[in-house]
Amino acid sequence: MLAYDVIVIGSGPAGISASLYMARANLKVLVISKGIGTLEKVNKIENYYGLPETLNGAQIQQNGINQAKKLGVKIESDEVVEIKYNNNYEVETVNNVYESKVVIIATGASRKTLPIKGIKEFEGRGVSYCATCDANFFKNRKIAILGSKEYAFHEAEELKRVTDKITLLTNGEKPTENRTIDIEVEEKNIREFRGINRIEEVEFEDNSKKKIDGVFVAVGVASSSDLARKVGARIDEKGSIIVNSKMETNVPNLLACGDCTGGVLQIAKAVYEGMIAGMTAIKIIK
Amino acid sequence: MKITSQNFKEEVLNSNIPVLIDFYATWCGPCKMMSPIVEEIAKEMEGKIKVYKIDTDEEQDLAIEYGIMSIPTFMIFKDGKNVATAVGMRDKEELIKMIK
Repeated sequence: MLAYDVIVIGSGPAGISASLYMARANLKVLVISKGIGTLEKVNKIENYYGLPETLNGAQIQQNGINQAKKLGVKIESDEVVEIKYNNNYEVETVNNVYESKVVIIATGASRKTLPIKGIKEFEGRGVSYCATCDANFFKNRKIAILGSKEYAFHEAEELKRVTDKITLLTNGEKPTENRTIDIEVEEKNIREFRGINRIEEVEFEDNSKKKIDGVFVAVGVASSSDLARKVGARIDEKGSIIVNSKMETNVPNLLACGDCTGGVLQIAKAVYEGMIAGMTAIKIIK
Repeated sequence: MKITSQNFKEEVLNSNIPVLIDFYATWCGPCKMMSPIVEEIAKEMEGKIKVYKIDTDEEQDLAIEYGIMSIPTFMIFKDGKNVATAVGMRDKEELIKMIK
């Protein structure tokens, strides 16, 4: 038997709203979340129904989390790096692996494509967003990983099984300290990725160059579209996850709600979609 | 029919109708999600095109020859030439448009 019925990734209004409905229906729910969400950054909220006074985003968010905890929802502070589907879900975080029947992605809006020349142009021709999927095409090749945090090191672990020629390109960032893998780190700022038919080299701001055969993009924390893409969910050209009116993606039992599905980026919309996702999950489990 | 580097020329390059190839791998999540779409196209366009799936693990030579670096990759062959390529998740309509 699985430890959880549903794993929710993200503890903003969408994820917590889904959790409230599911917990009240006696589902076993785990919420995994890391970092500061959009809502927490908002100073003043006056346009949400039923507020007795103006509150800031962080207060509303904390109220929601407390409410979910009271109903028995387990909240873990951890970073999700991978979702795998094989009839059930395996959600891999930096520190653990969790299993559930349903996964709800509620991690907020996706980052836009990095504004580094060559990234978009060489997608599928050396630029990859999924080490698990594409590692085997780079056996013994020179690989770069674009990123500097836990997620980038997780991708490095995946790639280490096919090559030892791995360089982490941090693009001016300091790499995270608590890394478990020893790889070459290049901290210079990147000007562009170049090649003819496929990626061949990276050029840095100081005019120096490095030959590479591929780049795996793993910047910051894995975003909603990074996670969705890896498990095979459709995303649109803006990086929003495509869902139907029940908040279902094209992947079985994978739901998405809130800012990560696009549209208006408002609490009311996130709460609505969270509620729908919660109800859909209840139907799947019961 | 299973396509290998031995029968690729005969079945794909020498085909007198267009061929859609789905380069995939068994462990790849996005490939699994695309599989039913590819099968639907094969059924709906039977007789007009040929549709084959190539496991990039088993057919590494073909994957290298056609420069596969990311999966799923879809390629259309007409008159022995690769005329269109798409990488990653696609709509059924997008793939059909590539064929036409």
